[in-house]
Amino acid sequence: MYVRSGLMAAGLGLAVAIAAVPAGAQTTPKRGGTLTYMIPADAPPSFDGHRETTYATVHAGAPFYSVLIRVPPDNPASTTEFVCDLCTEMPRPTDGGKTYTFKIRPDVKFHDGAKLTAQDVATSWNYIVFPPKGVTSARVSYYEMVDKIEAPDDATVIFRLKRATTAFLPALADPFSWIYKKETLEKDPHWYEKNILGSGPFKFAGYEVGQVIKGVRNPDYYHKGLPLLDAIEGIFADKQSVRVEALRGDRAAIEFRGLPPSARDQLVKEAGKDVVVQDSDWNCGNILTPNQKKKPFDDVRVRKALALAIDQWAGAPALSKIANVRTVGGIVFPGSPLAATKEELQQIAGFWPDINKSREEAKRLLKEAGAEGLKFELLNRNVDQPYKYVGTWAVAEWKKIGLNVEQKVVPTGPWFSNMRAGTFDVAMEANCQSVVNPVLDTGKYLPHTVYPENYGGFEDPKSIELYEAMQIETDPAKQRAEMRAYEKHTLDTMVHEIVLPYWYRIVLARSYVKGWKISPSHYLNQDLANVWLDK
Amino acid sequence: MTITARTPAPVAGAAADELPDANRSPLRAARQFVRRQPLGTVGLVIVLVMFAAGAMAGWIAPYDPEANDFAAMMEAPSWAHLLGTDQLGRDIFSRLVFGARTALLVGFSSAVVGGVIGLVLGVTSAYFGGWFDLVFQRVLDVLMAFPLIILALAVVSVFGTGVVNVIIAITVPLVPRCGRVVRASALAVREVPYVDAARALGFSHARIVLRHMVPNVVAPFLILLSAFVGQAILAEASLSYLGLGVQEPVPAWGLMLQGGAEEYATTAPWIAVFPGLAIVLTVLGISLFGDALRDAIDPKLRDR
Repeated sequence: MYVRSGLMAAGLGLAVAIAAVPAGAQTTPKRGGTLTYMIPADAPPSFDGHRETTYATVHAGAPFYSVLIRVPPDNPASTTEFVCDLCTEMPRPTDGGKTYTFKIRPDVKFHDGAKLTAQDVATSWNYIVFPPKGVTSARVSYYEMVDKIEAPDDATVIFRLKRATTAFLPALADPFSWIYKKETLEKDPHWYEKNILGSGPFKFAGYEVGQVIKGVRNPDYYHKGLPLLDAIEGIFADKQSVRVEALRGDRAAIEFRGLPPSARDQLVKEAGKDVVVQDSDWNCGNILTPNQKKKPFDDVRVRKALALAIDQWAGAPALSKIANVRTVGGIVFPGSPLAATKEELQQIAGFWPDINKSREEAKRLLKEAGAEGLKFELLNRNVDQPYKYVGTWAVAEWKKIGLNVEQKVVPTGPWFSNMRAGTFDVAMEANCQSVVNPVLDTGKYLPHTVYPENYGGFEDPKSIELYEAMQIETDPAKQRAEMRAYEKHTLDTMVHEIVLPYWYRIVLARSYVKGWKISPSHYLNQDLANVWLDK
Repeated sequence: MTITARTPAPVAGAAADELPDANRSPLRAARQFVRRQPLGTVGLVIVLVMFAAGAMAGWIAPYDPEANDFAAMMEAPSWAHLLGTDQLGRDIFSRLVFGARTALLVGFSSAVVGGVIGLVLGVTSAYFGGWFDLVFQRVLDVLMAFPLIILALAVVSVFGTGVVNVIIAITVPLVPRCGRVVRASALAVREVPYVDAARALGFSHARIVLRHMVPNVVAPFLILLSAFVGQAILAEASLSYLGLGVQEPVPAWGLMLQGGAEEYATTAPWIAVFPGLAIVLTVLGISLFGDALRDAIDPKLRDR
């Protein structure tokens, strides 16, 4: 679905389609039981949320940890609302929006019995924002606005910013930013890679590599009455068929990342009311990156032709029947107040409403650039959903303007190394984020010198200038206008990237699983404290 | 091994004279083949049909095999789409017909290139003997220690995906398999008097190997070649199925069994059934024809 009406409608939150009755909406939660859930991975690379970026870590570890603030568990789809986890109330910024003071709950204990204080919170955040030498923090770039983090006493944490920005709070609600014990972290900053000790709703009870991770209810949990479950068991299975069979046979109750439409249709058909579906737009999407260090992709006319050839409006609904994609959008997640409306998008190359006119223009541009019948390679990742589906679709669309494109599908390692080395013509990549935070999420479209994970091989001072103007703007309406200018420049004027339909998250669960709500990211809302079993 | 017990192969020039029905007309020979080898004939017909389909794919296929048609996604077989459509609305019959081209291109290229290299190396190894033969055979031992598909996987992981790289990946494991068998036959040929005579006349090694020895191991080579074609087609399908061979949207049978075929096997079985049938039929046809060819060519089996 597409949010058309701008700020007002978008401010109401993400347009989430829930195909089932919201879990537990009308019934009193029941206590007890063990939730068995599938984790679509072999094993997490490590258990350290600060260094990892994968759902395998967050799905396995989040139930054991606390965070400072988070998206509301009863409304995780909101793109604008944040609530306290360890703090007592959401602070009002002072000092012109540059200082945030958090009061920390006094009743929090780590699972080993030690009291959690503001010192633990400040130390954990200092390791995330200013990692010492030899320590990896995956999201340092999110926090470049932070100047200092202090804990003047055991109940207060103060974040001092270099400048006021609307990007700070969403960044602070990052679901990987687990609070570790200061003493342990200072003794060995790598300890949390292989060990688990948090203050979350569940206590770690065991891990069998590549098999299962287990947790039991934390009786000292500070959110009174929670968690509702006695225990959790996360089963690792990277093969989709195994996960679907586990759900079908009720060997597992839910899989949180997302399954393709075919699995949904099959399970719903077979299990009927025993299975419920929650689905949502996903803050994740494939993008096509032309390598501007290679000819003829240094020519904006060629890049624009690539964009103009693709019929997004017809492709998205069709692809949504077979792949995890659905919503057409620009550089901002659809549903965010900063996202473009359909009318605004249709002014941009690749989103024109008349595809015939669009393709004629593409052919004209190719002819003008001397690139008719251009032959090139599309570098893609060896992942079916949705990379290969979307890649195959793009190749067929390009063929319609006479381009001859061969898809080169490689495993994740070579895919990254080819992009980093610049050894590709056009790459199919993805921009996946957790908390919807367009100001930071759109940093992906900046030149490599500013944003290391952009692989387009271009320099563009104008792009940086437009981004910075948008980033420092605190007035929502003005910021939205700045975002449009940055988007138009990125996707239409310079065509640094081609944004393809956003992914769509489909989560299947046995119908007795209640209390969990879907969000636009598979990283969010995974501590499972509110989940209960209606058995 | 029965190398020493084998009847030495006939001299190249005299080979035709020694075949009992060598002077028959091609038509009569064909009739005799059909009568004596009915299964082989069935195999030959299948292979010829596949060849024709691959060669004339552009005329036979009613649709562009790579064109998506979102209005016709996963349609069951009908007059509009004889074998139905896949999850992207592509006509399965058209993709099968063009897929025959990919299968046969990869199958025959790999078999012929791998076979010919193996033939020359095997005969050369047998001819020279000594340390060259010893070292060469140990190299073949190492290569043959890996199953065909494993070695092909290793090669494709080095060279990458795509039609040409798949041909290379399948060719490499076929070379030692051919080299080993051909060497065994060539060891017998090496001992026959005409090779000694050629040496005594001062012919070059290359001339002796290529003109006097190679033609006399052609019979086992051709039988081997027919087996290789089937193996190569299966290997290509396996690599594509594993996502390491030919890549979408290029039509290839193994690729057609991947992804969508797995996901929609129960709701749209035609997506998986027809490419699977094409692979089975082609490999069966080549095997039947290869068996018949062996029976027809091998002097020990010919008169049974």
